[in-house]
Amino acid sequence: MTTIESNPAVPVPRNTVGDPQPRPRRRSLRRHIPTAFWVVGIVALTAIVLYPLLWMFSASLKPNSEFGSNQGFFPENPTFDNFVKVMQGIAGIPTWKFFLNSLLLGIGAVIGTVISSSMAAYAFSRINFRGSRILFAAMIGTLLLPFHVLIIPQYIIFRNLGLIDTFWPLLAGKFLATEAFFVFLMVQFIRNLPRELDEAARIDGCGHGRIFFSITLPLIKPALITSSIFAFIWSWNDFLGPLLYLNSPDKYPLPLALRIFNDQTSTSDYGATIAISVLALLPVMLFFIIFQRFLVDGVATQGLKG
Amino acid sequence: MTTDSAHAPATDRSADSGAHPAGSRRAGASRPRRSRNRDSLAGYIFLSPWLLGFIGLTLGPMLASLYLAFTDYNLFTAPEWTGLENLGRMAEDEKFWGSVRITLIYVLVGTPIKLAAALAVAMLLNYKAKGTGFFRSAFYAPSLIGASVSIAIVWRAMFSTDGPVDGTLNLFGINLGGWIGNPSLIMPMMILLAVWQFGAPMVIFLAGLKGVPAELYEAASVDGAKAWRKFLSVTVPMLSPVIFFNLLLEMINAFQVFASAYIIGSGTGGPGGATNFYTVYLYTRAFANNQMGYASAMAWVLLLAVGVLAFILFRTSRSWVHYAGDSK
Repeated sequence: MTTIESNPAVPVPRNTVGDPQPRPRRRSLRRHIPTAFWVVGIVALTAIVLYPLLWMFSASLKPNSEFGSNQGFFPENPTFDNFVKVMQGIAGIPTWKFFLNSLLLGIGAVIGTVISSSMAAYAFSRINFRGSRILFAAMIGTLLLPFHVLIIPQYIIFRNLGLIDTFWPLLAGKFLATEAFFVFLMVQFIRNLPRELDEAARIDGCGHGRIFFSITLPLIKPALITSSIFAFIWSWNDFLGPLLYLNSPDKYPLPLALRIFNDQTSTSDYGATIAISVLALLPVMLFFIIFQRFLVDGVATQGLKG
Repeated sequence: MTTDSAHAPATDRSADSGAHPAGSRRAGASRPRRSRNRDSLAGYIFLSPWLLGFIGLTLGPMLASLYLAFTDYNLFTAPEWTGLENLGRMAEDEKFWGSVRITLIYVLVGTPIKLAAALAVAMLLNYKAKGTGFFRSAFYAPSLIGASVSIAIVWRAMFSTDGPVDGTLNLFGINLGGWIGNPSLIMPMMILLAVWQFGAPMVIFLAGLKGVPAELYEAASVDGAKAWRKFLSVTVPMLSPVIFFNLLLEMINAFQVFASAYIIGSGTGGPGGATNFYTVYLYTRAFANNQMGYASAMAWVLLLAVGVLAFILFRTSRSWVHYAGDSK
């Protein structure tokens, strides 16, 4: 009943003011009309939003001769040639190597983020130490800090450490919890856990280490899963980091490989460029389809508490 | 944010005092100081990775970049102090002003459109109580992948001369002849790419809408308010903290758009500087031209601009953001 009332965008059926009676049955028929509009609108919107993705899949199956000549959605002669061509690699490096590099970076990012962010979140939410308030404020401040302010000095630091063209500059920040989003997400989660569990454990003689490992970590598993998926996807999609630090093509993750493909072949070979874009997005889409609830809910809580 | 952190310690303390029975007050009296010290040690142990990152990768670099902003530095010879020279050069740099202009248009036009779309769709989804999970996820998907190189490549292809966007417009007799090579069409295309990613703020709006009490709408109906009136007098005030949060975060994110602009312009900022967004230009100056000093000055100008914007938002928020429980 409140569904209509609670949405101001939809015209509310005129009420006889102060009518306390349950609505007559006739109304249910009238209620179907806005619902029908709603369904049509939402389906049309879904089609528009998903169109670029559907187009991408469809275009990856078009032979090159159809680009330009066939502007229709479906390929006339669908073929997997583009994918076969793409898997041969580029600049003498097989394509699986780029996937492997992206995978290694993604796994490293997940491990680093989960360990460092959960530790920081536990300290901020459960330990009453000197300076905790000001450091927490500083952590929130880094949420708003544009990353581009840091890239030049960070580059100089990693260059002086001799770490250019290795994965370390891309992973170091993950192991040092520099992404405040994850710390904040976990802080919110830990704050909602009942404190009595900690208190009980402390009375039994547990220190913070035991409480963290035996009580907090198991209870914040949903936040850890959300963080892991985001950490992986962000690492997988990251372009600027690898662009700054990696020079040898055999160390390139997918976004940099895509860029070479785009620069070298885009004018002549649309099909192959689109095909490798599809391949690069596929793991992210699979992750999303499997874990969508964790991701969307994670975003929702972040906004509500913030 | 503020209400939450202000309330949390208060409830913690009451929970603590509740846990200790009144009889053991003397034993508890000596406890706080010792445990406070032990807690401080434990706190810093748990915090050590973050603290190292904060000092080594955030605070230190920020100060270093402030210093470099006043120098001439090419990465190979020692930085040379030049005072305000970088700022002077910036003032005369046409490409710099071009990048400022397009970035500001992108932020100040693109973000409100994106948020309006997010709010509209969130309200559409909120209309139904059940069965919206699929749509919520489907609309969120572009936010997750929209900034990737893959999508930039797809966008480029879709808006190219033979792409489906022009193909569709041709059906209506509109012939734009491809968006990619046309400097005046790059901005609409970039903004469309940003608006396409309306899902993340939409999810946050949706969570906020669920928290608006239905009685308020009912009361407004009784008072004879029409849909538009209810939107302005109930929805917007009740959602204002969420609108504020989204506006702040999305604007800051919009300033940092990089990969899409870089890929769509092939890293050159072209055509005609139309993809030379602030971050792309900063990157070019720093890493293609080795002008680390100039680029650091640009970085600090960006930081100050974002700071000023956040400050303005926070200041004006007092007049339009209402927190539940406030007496207006």
